[in-house]
Amino acid sequence: MTQLMIEASTALCQLQDAGRFGVRHLGVTQGGALDWVAMNWANWLLGNPLGAPVIEVALGGFSVVAEQNCVLALAGADLDARVDDQPLLPWRSFALAKGQRLTLKQPKQGVRAYLAAPGGFQGEAVLGSCATVVREELGGIDGRAVAFGKGQRLAFAGTLPALREVPEALRPRYLQKPVLDLVMGAQIGDFSGMSLFEAFNSDWTLDSRADRMGIRLLGPQLVYQGRPMISEGIPLGAVQVPPDGQPIVLLNDRQTIGGYPRLGALTPLALAQLAQCMPGAALRFRAVVQEEAWREQQGYLNRWR
Amino acid sequence: MKLRIEVVAIDSLMVRLFDAIDEANMPWMLAASQRLSAAFGEHLVDLVPSYTTLMVQCDLPPGQARALIIQALEGLQPDTGSGGRRHEIPVWYDASVGPELPVLAARSGLSEQEVIRLHSEREYPVFALGFAPGFGFMGLVDERLASPRLSTPRKRVAAGSVGIAERQTAAYPAVSPGGWNLIGRTPVRLFDREREGYSLLQPGDRVRFVAVSHAEFMALGGDDSPLEALA
Repeated sequence: MTQLMIEASTALCQLQDAGRFGVRHLGVTQGGALDWVAMNWANWLLGNPLGAPVIEVALGGFSVVAEQNCVLALAGADLDARVDDQPLLPWRSFALAKGQRLTLKQPKQGVRAYLAAPGGFQGEAVLGSCATVVREELGGIDGRAVAFGKGQRLAFAGTLPALREVPEALRPRYLQKPVLDLVMGAQIGDFSGMSLFEAFNSDWTLDSRADRMGIRLLGPQLVYQGRPMISEGIPLGAVQVPPDGQPIVLLNDRQTIGGYPRLGALTPLALAQLAQCMPGAALRFRAVVQEEAWREQQGYLNRWR
Repeated sequence: MKLRIEVVAIDSLMVRLFDAIDEANMPWMLAASQRLSAAFGEHLVDLVPSYTTLMVQCDLPPGQARALIIQALEGLQPDTGSGGRRHEIPVWYDASVGPELPVLAARSGLSEQEVIRLHSEREYPVFALGFAPGFGFMGLVDERLASPRLSTPRKRVAAGSVGIAERQTAAYPAVSPGGWNLIGRTPVRLFDREREGYSLLQPGDRVRFVAVSHAEFMALGGDDSPLEALA
């Protein structure tokens, strides 16, 4: 057993994994790492199952001290990480000697970094997952989604894998103004013609009203002309349009059913990109059909097979 | 019943069976849910039933998933027997834990006793679970009890609170914000991670609320802290 002692953390630093599945019909949300691509790489670097529990660190403010010599991995955002005073870039595994301090300070590029440990960080799996969902009091180290506290230990059981990096060509690029693929959904024909044009030909700005449930976007007002909807299942990445006409992208901690019309849903790759965008950032949507998006996703997953 | 299959996400299809909320949908929804679970087997990632729809999330290519849904639902017959358990949920109806009980009575011109009788005499199907783990949307309540949601939702509603919104009724499984009209409280644990199946209520179950006295509520393990104590 190896342990890291937490010196500093925030409510936005959480134990996450691939999420909770097979329980949506009970009203239980999905949870899980918002940037699943970075989580996969962090785990890949250590030879873990790709969805093993990791620490999702959003915006920084996180610091741990190793209680034994260990090897960890970091992927995703560049949060100005340091091992003691030495800068540490993401997309690599690294050694942390007993007594050394790992600090993730503040965003330099991207928003969310993923810290992985050999064998995965230990947590109390609830309903099949360690994913922390604060609203539902599920997941995390104790199974009740209690926030990390100073002096608390993060434990893992794996040994010391060889150090490696994610090949440069395979690392995601966090673009200034990403174009996010949106699988067109059932209500798309019920928006006004002008709204459809604007949805896919305007810049959208990330609002500061954003959390793990969803991110609001600001831009032209979209007008839905269809009938009021009866609540129905909400998929990950759904782009719903409430009556104010400003879309909300629904993320991992979204409610399970809802009754607002949707343009469709972002692809998993688009969601990983979105998870690295700061409030105030601009983005665009590109319409794609389901079959095409599915093929692209399968191709992307091949890099880990 | 008229089947439509709609795209909702890269790996999800919406199976639409009806256009309106109706208790009579439920035997069809149950049957469809069972058939889809069986047909998809381990390829099913999640199946999310709601009032008129079933969202199928799976790991099959979209075309194959669509064909499998059509095949699974061919010749569908309503499930009037096997599916859906029955529950009796004890409720202590009282203004101290259900402050809208007198409000509903005043609005409808009924006595509080009449409101309680109307709410507890019907058996309600569970249309869907959502909002929070174990939160079952049930209905429809007698038209005289129909009430709009509170214009300002409460920041904290006690676990077990029983409420009405429009013609639906539900009980809050855990402390949460909420805008429903509260009329009482149940001592029953609606969501329990130690329980087989986790949630007391499952889509398609049937529920009758049973009025109990304060003494019975306490004996069943209820917490009678007034709502104001939570604020």
